[in-house]
Amino acid sequence: MDLKKNLGAYLFLLPAFIVLAVFFFIPFFHTIILSFFDYSKDIYKPDFVFIGNYIELIKSPVFIKTILNTFYFMLLCVPFLVIFPLFLAILINQKIVCKTLYKILIYIPVIISIVVVAIAFKWLYAPEGLLNFFVEKFGLKPIGWLSDPNVSMISVALVTIFKGVGYYMMIYLSALMSIPKDLYEAADVDGAVGLRKHMLVTIPHVMPVIALVSTISSISALKVFVEIYVMTKGGPLNSTKTIVYYIYEKAFENLDLGIASAGAVILLVIVMAFSVLNIFVFERDKYKV
Amino acid sequence: MKIKFRNILTHIILITVCILSLVPLLWLLSTALKGRSENIFAYPPVFIPQDFTLDNFKEVLKLVPIGRYVINSFIVAFVTVILNVILSALAAYPLARMEFQGKKIAFFSILATIMVPFQTIMLPVYIITLKLHLTDNYSMLAGYLGLILPFAVNAFGIFLLRQAFLTIPKEIEESAVIDGCNSFQIFYKLLLPMIKPQIALLAIFTFIGSWGEFLWPSIVLTDEKLFTLTIGINNLSSAFSADYRLVAAGSIISIVPIIIFFLALQRYFISGTTEGAVKG
Repeated sequence: MDLKKNLGAYLFLLPAFIVLAVFFFIPFFHTIILSFFDYSKDIYKPDFVFIGNYIELIKSPVFIKTILNTFYFMLLCVPFLVIFPLFLAILINQKIVCKTLYKILIYIPVIISIVVVAIAFKWLYAPEGLLNFFVEKFGLKPIGWLSDPNVSMISVALVTIFKGVGYYMMIYLSALMSIPKDLYEAADVDGAVGLRKHMLVTIPHVMPVIALVSTISSISALKVFVEIYVMTKGGPLNSTKTIVYYIYEKAFENLDLGIASAGAVILLVIVMAFSVLNIFVFERDKYKV
Repeated sequence: MKIKFRNILTHIILITVCILSLVPLLWLLSTALKGRSENIFAYPPVFIPQDFTLDNFKEVLKLVPIGRYVINSFIVAFVTVILNVILSALAAYPLARMEFQGKKIAFFSILATIMVPFQTIMLPVYIITLKLHLTDNYSMLAGYLGLILPFAVNAFGIFLLRQAFLTIPKEIEESAVIDGCNSFQIFYKLLLPMIKPQIALLAIFTFIGSWGEFLWPSIVLTDEKLFTLTIGINNLSSAFSADYRLVAAGSIISIVPIIIFFLALQRYFISGTTEGAVKG
């Protein structure tokens, strides 16, 4: 009986596990193995170099720059994506007309593929494009949105923010809708109004969601790729080259599999730090056996 | 009076945000509708096309097989959804409602996959896909399978449905056992229909994710016959970068299907995003 019961469970799990094994577990270990080999001389006869690739990466100014770029990008996006969508959600969660319409319109950038969004922004960022028209209207010099290394990362981050606001707003909204109404009534009785009411009731209640949004937006910032691939290809002067772009370039353009894999393992460690925080602290209830 | 003022302020802010979320796309649309005789770099910019025309759309449809791209994206997204629903539901069921040896191991190995982003393993996934001959060099079918199979199931889907199964009371199952149902019948006939809303959610978010996927198709695809929309449109944008009217027209065509899909199912999007877990 016990065996039969076990077998039943295994059969249910089997299809998913086959897929995960082939396209997940094996590649995971393979990445680590690849990262110990040097493929740069002969792709068919790699040399075992142990942590040689890692040492090379740490010594490489370009790789260090991509790491700094990635964190810079994260810093540009994450605070905005944590705070602004919450503000919007609080606004929309009031008793107002056109609520659904607002939600739909703000959500539209989320469903449109990032490729098209990046193409649309590339057009806005054109030297004689729409954005520079407004810039000049304010009496400023036109900005090299994608050609000035000091600005390019900000331009990329704007695209990510544009695409993310609606998504995080919906997450906050479902948290806000779960706040019991009587908490606000109690705050009313205490004479709290406006901002203070939100500080007293809303913010403490959505604190776990703020934490959740912080980690998931950080993780997706660490994985940024398409915006950069479509708009800047990592340039100008490597100013928008992020870790994933670096890995992609090394793996599929330079065929330097070892370096690419070592880069991937480094990214993995960084992402894991955020994921562990998320899974074991912020979303603990969801992931209980 | 004060309340009214605050309401107006709220609406002003929200309308501004709505306009900002649409301007990039509307500007693209405006560019796509401008004819040859109109300068698309006009100063000051003109929003309403003066030389209004649909020629750019006709031309881009002639130059690039966008219809083909749409069909490919649809096939890939549709099959990915089906596989995700089936595999996630099957795996979620024992994790939620059965006791068996190795449950913890199964649980944590699935959980572990959440922590590993696809971007960090894409190279070995590509190597395996090549070794399994699942690329478009072999056949169309192999090409499609190569696009789909690596995303046939993921931990978010499994956990979403597991959560759903967990909320169903145990008694329901017990009575079915007494009636002599086996565990597959309980799963298929009794429990699966009860988690329809979550399955719909999983299906919709998987569809959107697959439809917008760019990185993996850009790695595996070589044959233009199999190009998905994202790849085709990106190629279009580099091939015709000198004529943004065409790029704009192509991009606008490419978002029509997903906008319709979204508007038709919008109530799912604006109700349960949190449960829809995390985008790719």
